[in-house]
Amino acid sequence: MKKASTTAAAMAVLAGITGYMITGCSPAGSTTPAKDAAPVAREEFDKAMQTPTKLTFWTWLPDVDQEVALFEKKYPQIDVTVENVGQGGEHYQKVRTALKSGEGAPDVIQVEYQYISSFNLTDSLLDLRRYGADDIKDDYVGWAWNQVSDDKGVWAIPQDVGPMGNLYRKDLMEKAGLTKAPATYQEYADAAKAVKEKTGAYISNLPTNDPAQVVGLLWQAGVKPFGYDGDKTVSIDVNSAKAKEVLGYWQDLIQKDLVSVDADFNDQYYQGLASDKYAGWLTAAWAPIFLQGTAADTAGKWNAAPLPQWEAGQNVSGNWGGSSDAVLKTTKNPIAAAELAKFINHDDESTAMFANKQFLFPAAKSVLEDPAFTGKKVDFFGGQEVNKLFAGIADTVDTDFQWLPFTDFAYSSFNEKVGTVIGAKGDLGAALDAWQADLEGYAKDQGFTVK
Amino acid sequence: MASNTLPAAKAAGPRRRRASASRRTQTRAAYLFVLPFFLVFAAMLIVPLGYAGYLSLFKSQLIGGLSFAGLANYAEALSDPDFLGGVGRMSLFLLVQVPIMLGVALFLALALDSGRVRGGKALRLLYFMPYAVPGVVATLMWGYLYGRDFGPFAQIFQSLGMGAPDFLSPQSVLGSMMNIVTWEFVGYNMIIMYAALRGIPSELYEAAEIDGASQFRIAWNIKIPAIRPAIILTVIFSIIGTFQLFNEPSLLDSIAPDAITNGFTPNFYAYNLAFVNQDVNYAAAIAFLLGGVIAVISYVVQLQTQRAERKQRKSMP
Repeated sequence: MKKASTTAAAMAVLAGITGYMITGCSPAGSTTPAKDAAPVAREEFDKAMQTPTKLTFWTWLPDVDQEVALFEKKYPQIDVTVENVGQGGEHYQKVRTALKSGEGAPDVIQVEYQYISSFNLTDSLLDLRRYGADDIKDDYVGWAWNQVSDDKGVWAIPQDVGPMGNLYRKDLMEKAGLTKAPATYQEYADAAKAVKEKTGAYISNLPTNDPAQVVGLLWQAGVKPFGYDGDKTVSIDVNSAKAKEVLGYWQDLIQKDLVSVDADFNDQYYQGLASDKYAGWLTAAWAPIFLQGTAADTAGKWNAAPLPQWEAGQNVSGNWGGSSDAVLKTTKNPIAAAELAKFINHDDESTAMFANKQFLFPAAKSVLEDPAFTGKKVDFFGGQEVNKLFAGIADTVDTDFQWLPFTDFAYSSFNEKVGTVIGAKGDLGAALDAWQADLEGYAKDQGFTVK
Repeated sequence: MASNTLPAAKAAGPRRRRASASRRTQTRAAYLFVLPFFLVFAAMLIVPLGYAGYLSLFKSQLIGGLSFAGLANYAEALSDPDFLGGVGRMSLFLLVQVPIMLGVALFLALALDSGRVRGGKALRLLYFMPYAVPGVVATLMWGYLYGRDFGPFAQIFQSLGMGAPDFLSPQSVLGSMMNIVTWEFVGYNMIIMYAALRGIPSELYEAAEIDGASQFRIAWNIKIPAIRPAIILTVIFSIIGTFQLFNEPSLLDSIAPDAITNGFTPNFYAYNLAFVNQDVNYAAAIAFLLGGVIAVISYVVQLQTQRAERKQRKSMP
């Protein structure tokens, strides 16, 4: 009995510590709209940048030190500490915890587009308009700018994007008698059949655990599954007719065993990419580099093309991934912090470095239009100018796409309600209904008005 | 255990009545010695426990903030299919895995204790070794072994021309997890039992041998009853460990996402509630309830064994 109660207590300790970290203190700062705040004056800016200042920057981007070094070279008084506190979910949890505890929060954070509204919900991001963000608006692809801004403010500076295309194994396609990439989804389905029959490979994989990819495909089809007004109202429409049509298409391919349903980004999956299991991947602009690392043995056999289209003659794409840099409202040095977010994502040398050294797919037009970037011939893709192709695709991404302010839950719920059904090769239309119900239930439970 | 020391102290009392001054000093010293423990115990256990209990009485919303909810979180949990499903799954785990694991551990302990195994010391170490492997590493390792394309099991089956078994499907993942846990903890439980076996006075064996008892009879009628408290201890440990499973589902989730649901084990569920759903208050309620479930089951097990012991004693002439 004693042991048992100790354990019960121990359990609660865990919960307690967790609880303490999460709700120990109420969110700092109430809503103070910075509307019509005057832009920072030149003298004020110069003074801030010449005052010795320490900034903390939380990002998981490897080797970001080199871009930060450029910033520090230009502003020698500013000392930036780069910290990697984890990637994705872990990163956001720590940011949230730091914000709620009221101390230890960094000045600048990396944030993926789908998480910006989650941080706006808690009023945690600094509106960058006062710091000159509006002036550089036109230097980025339009839809990426839409991702970081709304009518209430500019919340981050785009760093990289993931416009989606079709990476495929040219050799396997040719074996199946296909000389060019399928232009429409109808052709894609036919190709899937031919590839499976002739080579035994799956034309692609629809993972059981990757809401971001599925959302990217919905994005391409013009589905608007999410919406958030920045206040209390969300719109949730993941089971629209159009969404069901898209997933119905994939369900058909899955049930005919023409598309595999493996979880992605684990060893099993990498092995599938490196062997001849998959003949292609509908993926994002960051994937060409990723593939060169994971499937090095298949070098030269790949090719890149735009996504298949739902209707012949169309040319639209979706986005999968990409990040931006935002400034937390709690920062004591907003001018320097905003300048850091702007500088590394706007300075020509820095953005070129992101694109050519870290292989981020740029959101900045200056790089997208730079022949040194687009003209690069990639051996892995048989000498194709892959960057040029994706730079073209970047212009075709549907411009208006919103997110829910609780992406963690939305994605986790996707895995529960839709991912499991993908794995079981079941009815994806019903799965979307279940996802919709789960999201609506959560939103209402959390006090949102669901439109 | 506390109840055992109390009568002993009382019994020692009268003898020292005369030297009451020195006794008082000793008492004071004793309290001084236990004080550091109680300070840490209070700071790290009692306070957070109270805080978690307090949290579990509130409801926090992303819009609207915190509000008092009374026992609403508990009521919700008791009809939450994810929580109940997790508890049910762990109960099944308990009924299947724990007997197997403890049975194997007992068998190994008896075998080593019989002294008929050559290289007993080395074997003892070998059996114990998996316990030295951190649970996280063990799960990652087994995750690799279970792999459907590259895992050694799959390759053996494929080279024999058979389809590779899927250890990570929604139907089989619980069994695969039982295997990991068994592998990890057999040695640990064996050591506890083995240590207890070494403590049995050898005269008992000699007497039994003179009476002509076989090794099997000795094991069944002397050894196992003698180490009963140790066995009960391992049972209680196993019950607690089972309901607290977290590493295994959390790590297998990345390789078998469609098999591991958010509520696969209650602990994993509480974690997901707190960090994914951002609902710490409900997570606290779940953790409290889980603690309650563990306490009740452990208590029932202990009560049963005590009753059985009493019955046994009565039946003895």
